Amino acid sequence: MAENAKLTSAEQIVVKFTGDSGDGMQLIGNQLTALAALDGNDVNSLPDYPSEIRAPTGTIAGVSGFQMCLGDHKIYTAGDAPDVLVAFNPAALKHSAKFVKAGGIIITNSDSFTEKAMTKVGYESNPLEDGSLAGYDVKAIPMFTLVREALADMDMPNPAKDRCKNFFVMGVLCWLFNKQQQLVLDFIQEKFGPNAKKPKIQIAEANTKAFKAGLNFGETTIMFQERYDMGAAQIEKGLYRNITGNDAAAIAIAAAGHKAGLQPFIGSYPITPATDLLHLASEFKDAGLVTMQMEDEIAGICSAIGASCAGNLAFTTTSGPGLALKTEAAGMALILEVPLVIVNVQRGGPCTGLPTKTEQSDLLQAMFGRNGDSYMPIIAANSPADCFDATFQAAKIALKYRTPVVVLTDGYIGQGSCPWKVPTMDELEDLTPYVNFWKPEDHPGEEYVSYKRDPETLARDWAIPGTKGCQHRIGTLEKDETGAVSHDPMNHHNMTVIRKAKIDNLAAVLPEAEINGADSGKILVISWGGTYGAVKGAVDRLIADGKSVSGVNLRWVWPFPPNLGEIISKFDKVLVPELNMGQLSLLLRAKFLVDVQSLSKVQGDPFREYEVIDKVNEMLGE
Amino acid sequence: MADTQLTKKYFASNAEVKWCPGCGDYAIMNAVRQGMVAAGKPRDEVAIVSGIGCSSRFPYYMETYGFHTIHGRAAAIASGVKVGNPKLDVWVISGDGDSTAIGGNHFIHAVRRNINLNYVLINNKIYGLTKGQYSPCSEMGQISKTSPYGVIDYPMAPLKVAMGLGATFIARGLDAKMKLSEEICIRGAKHKGFSMMEIYANCVIYNDGAHKQLVDKAEGDNHCIVLRNGEKMIFGNEEQFCLVQDGFAIKAAKVADVAEADILVHDETNAEVGTLLAGMRPDNGLPIALGIIYAIEDKKTYDDMVYEQLAAVKAKRGRSVDDIMREGHTWTV
Repeated sequence: MAENAKLTSAEQIVVKFTGDSGDGMQLIGNQLTALAALDGNDVNSLPDYPSEIRAPTGTIAGVSGFQMCLGDHKIYTAGDAPDVLVAFNPAALKHSAKFVKAGGIIITNSDSFTEKAMTKVGYESNPLEDGSLAGYDVKAIPMFTLVREALADMDMPNPAKDRCKNFFVMGVLCWLFNKQQQLVLDFIQEKFGPNAKKPKIQIAEANTKAFKAGLNFGETTIMFQERYDMGAAQIEKGLYRNITGNDAAAIAIAAAGHKAGLQPFIGSYPITPATDLLHLASEFKDAGLVTMQMEDEIAGICSAIGASCAGNLAFTTTSGPGLALKTEAAGMALILEVPLVIVNVQRGGPCTGLPTKTEQSDLLQAMFGRNGDSYMPIIAANSPADCFDATFQAAKIALKYRTPVVVLTDGYIGQGSCPWKVPTMDELEDLTPYVNFWKPEDHPGEEYVSYKRDPETLARDWAIPGTKGCQHRIGTLEKDETGAVSHDPMNHHNMTVIRKAKIDNLAAVLPEAEINGADSGKILVISWGGTYGAVKGAVDRLIADGKSVSGVNLRWVWPFPPNLGEIISKFDKVLVPELNMGQLSLLLRAKFLVDVQSLSKVQGDPFREYEVIDKVNEMLGE
Repeated sequence: MADTQLTKKYFASNAEVKWCPGCGDYAIMNAVRQGMVAAGKPRDEVAIVSGIGCSSRFPYYMETYGFHTIHGRAAAIASGVKVGNPKLDVWVISGDGDSTAIGGNHFIHAVRRNINLNYVLINNKIYGLTKGQYSPCSEMGQISKTSPYGVIDYPMAPLKVAMGLGATFIARGLDAKMKLSEEICIRGAKHKGFSMMEIYANCVIYNDGAHKQLVDKAEGDNHCIVLRNGEKMIFGNEEQFCLVQDGFAIKAAKVADVAEADILVHDETNAEVGTLLAGMRPDNGLPIALGIIYAIEDKKTYDDMVYEQLAAVKAKRGRSVDDIMREGHTWTV
């Protein structure tokens, strides 16, 4: 009975969903994320799905997962070991049980543990009965049976009824985590009800019934001894929504175009895990965002450069192998000196690598992956919500300095989600001062000179086609100040120096790096991009434990923040955890001649806080 | 003011032209300038995009906006320029290597989209700038630096490819027939849609006589036919040959041997016949088709559809960026 389930308060709970890749794991995960966020918790999530769209059902290879952490305080990652695992079938259980915290809850669908399904994944006996899960609190629920009972009066085939098990589980979790059921009921109506984009009235009704059956199951069984309550997190006041990094970047593109007074343009080509960005952006036609899905990655960036040359605010979006294909054209934007933002959602490499898994191994590609001396600024987003700001800032710098800028996100933050404090357009920085097209009426008596520069930023004067009397030629050959082709050795030397200086000088105006912790000590942990959350969480805990550890996060990875060298000099040791074999470490060693220690992980999975903590303790000799 | 008169000179820049003496590109540049005059846009509303190759130096010689870009990608870059600002008159100048080898993918998709570009493919059947290697348009057996024993690649027919992609305008010119090249560039400039203009050119250094069969004073006109809409397909230096139907194909015949009514009349809106005409070759006993082979005006352009769709979605959904940012579940803290 419900009275048996004691309400315990929890500071944070890590939940993982696993099931067949066609089973809607991402959907249910996102729903719980939204539910927790709406209830005032801070949340961070991480989807984890296979690269095959529908790998054979019931196999380990076909398992799709979604992990999330909800808390009553600021949550930086999707959490370490899950407190609760929802495994929808034997394959999912086999895949994920080992990750669960000792004593953690495993909720599973006992109806799916058929002889055949268990044999398929190599279970010789039923793990729900043979004691092999003794270390966990297993809740074996006959979900199909219960859902079919709940939907007995509905005229639907059984497979369609069985699909409602996700909302049944949502009901159980809603009860277990003491969340407001109305939020889920509203969500079902929004998604399937009469006012939905594609109304599916029967499905709305079935899911509502299944959800309520789940709630009642929690209430009335004696299966659960405890349920959990969580207070609201202390969060900055404002309007929030839950958002993935890819969606945040897509919105930033539309926003930046409007704030610059230019038509936003994306030239792109589908590639995992960046595609969702293009999907969402393609819906923004009403907001004036032009998207061209081109014939390949090269055409994607080339069309963007063309649009930039015509005076649009242009973006191209991609992932690692796509960035490799865009290499020559990125160099073109650089030598033409036109604004361009390249959003690269990094994935496991090299080559095709691990398309659906996260990694940070494109840093050196972004840095050096072009012929010639060809530096461009690199900004790294540090959370799903931060993809908005990172993309917006990249657009500003691209315009101001007439340069391509790389935004590095990754599969983890691109597809993961967290609450985003929604800005208003009025609050965002006006980018029009950085556009500053050269027009004859602003320069009476002057002739337009295409590579004449602003003495401070070194940005060139930029006149776009259609500007009266400013017709001129620019190209990818080395040129002199007038834009005329020049093979003069000293001219090439000078132009190369200027192009590099333009990027180097940017460092002086970038925000200074902020230290988390004391400004000197034994160990400095440097994070960038997707490692921000795990490092921040780890350093906070180490500091709370009284350790001499501080953290610094790099927003701009190139050029480095102006005070970084000074910060580094005040620590005995420097640690850089990265999802690669030490790429930022290499740059830091080269730039600051410091013995950076690298903590590498290339397992398609982001860092957990404990991994950083363990490494720091090892370095401290503890 | 004299310099706002749309003349060929108005479109000429001060840059010294650096093509080899005798290069076919000179005549083609002249024709393109005529095309720009006909299009009627002031030069600051004209953009020329080129890739890499001898012909791709073209923008430097034109007093317009010009972008000399990278090898093979001009069609993709120009597509961005045109969609970025559809008011511009956008030209692409490319060569056979640039368009049909490295840039083949961009070329075919630009044709397929029917984006409103004027695309000039200068075909000299050789890589000139890199000093003489065979291209996808080189002939079987052609000797070049990379085919010292003769080319063993079958050649590509860019116009036939274009017809397969649903082209709306295909035309072929010849550097030696200057007047015809001008006519083609003028029609191409006025055509709304992708104007595919292949112009045969000689390379005096690396493939001299690239089209000698067609420019031969005595015999040349026996190997090519200049098509004129509504006129009978008659050719030859003494107008002694004609084209007639042969089942589903076309064959050449002597005018004297056929009934006048059997001589085909050129209809530039007939796609099936256009495809056959585009693929005619002397080694199949047929003349090379010159002039405007196919031209239709009733197919929407990609760039128009981009803006029609923007307007339609704006009318229907009408969200501002603020609206978009606030979509989905939101909550206030």
